Amino acid sequence: MDALMLKGTEDTPGVILDAGKGVFEISGRSLPEDVLSFFNPVLTWLDSYFKSPLPKTEFSFKLSYFNTASSKLILDILMRLEDCKNAGNNVTVRWHYPEDDEDMKDAGVEYSEIVALDFEHLPYKE
Amino acid sequence: MEKSFLEFAYEFYQTMKEHKITLVYEGEVTHQLTKAFTSLTESNMSKEEESGAVQKKVFHVMVECLQNISKHADDFGSNDYLYSGKGIFIVSKDENEYAVTTGNAVDNDKMPILKNMLDHINSLDKEALNELYKKQMKEGLLSDKGGAGLGFIDIVRKTGNKLDFHFLPIANNLYFFMLTSKISRNQ
Repeated sequence: MDALMLKGTEDTPGVILDAGKGVFEISGRSLPEDVLSFFNPVLTWLDSYFKSPLPKTEFSFKLSYFNTASSKLILDILMRLEDCKNAGNNVTVRWHYPEDDEDMKDAGVEYSEIVALDFEHLPYKE
Repeated sequence: MEKSFLEFAYEFYQTMKEHKITLVYEGEVTHQLTKAFTSLTESNMSKEEESGAVQKKVFHVMVECLQNISKHADDFGSNDYLYSGKGIFIVSKDENEYAVTTGNAVDNDKMPILKNMLDHINSLDKEALNELYKKQMKEGLLSDKGGAGLGFIDIVRKTGNKLDFHFLPIANNLYFFMLTSKISRNQ
């Protein structure tokens, strides 16, 4: 299936969803004017990928900022990953956070408490 | 003798200085404006070597407050939950904290709902706020304008400060809703 690649901007995150290369990543800043129209293509892509996923899906979040409206859509992505795992697939989440950003670190912990997925919490230098 | 406009402008400038106001705006709040204001404040904070944690929190509170106004910026008289044809937006700063203030009109019958929600959020401790945020994120639906009802909860839990708010009656069926969020500079 075709990869979904979106270049990050000052208010929308970069997206790489590439089943061919096994890369699944959302990074950067997320405060789109319209969260639904930004994230809908991402959710649609995932829905169709999960019909025949790779043996292992490692999904990376490497966000430096997201607003509260985006937080809901990030949960929607995680819930789809959880469904895929529940269907018997190997799915893990890599939550990268800026090393000095407690709020972004806490957000990863919070999500890992809501969905039943294996999380790796990984600090990075901004 | 009547004061000239320039005299008024100078007094306005003095008032801004007195209240340590760094940004003030009245009018329609668009997404472009949100980006411009946050980026201006970010570069000012960066010049003043504000800590990364403070910069991120101020940025976040500004985004949430501006999006609150822009997402509900309908004309007076609509049936929307929280609305304002126009809003005011003020950022001020003293030695100890940043304050982000917004003002917009709300309909009479929506005021108690908003007031109850804010009183409830202000009554919760950090743990209860986290629980409420999680619950709202899981169960809350996005409005057609993309609001998730999470902004106020998140501001209080991330700043650790309660929201100051006030409803001023401005017409028969209308209140002007003022809200201030404070971010401590010592973090």
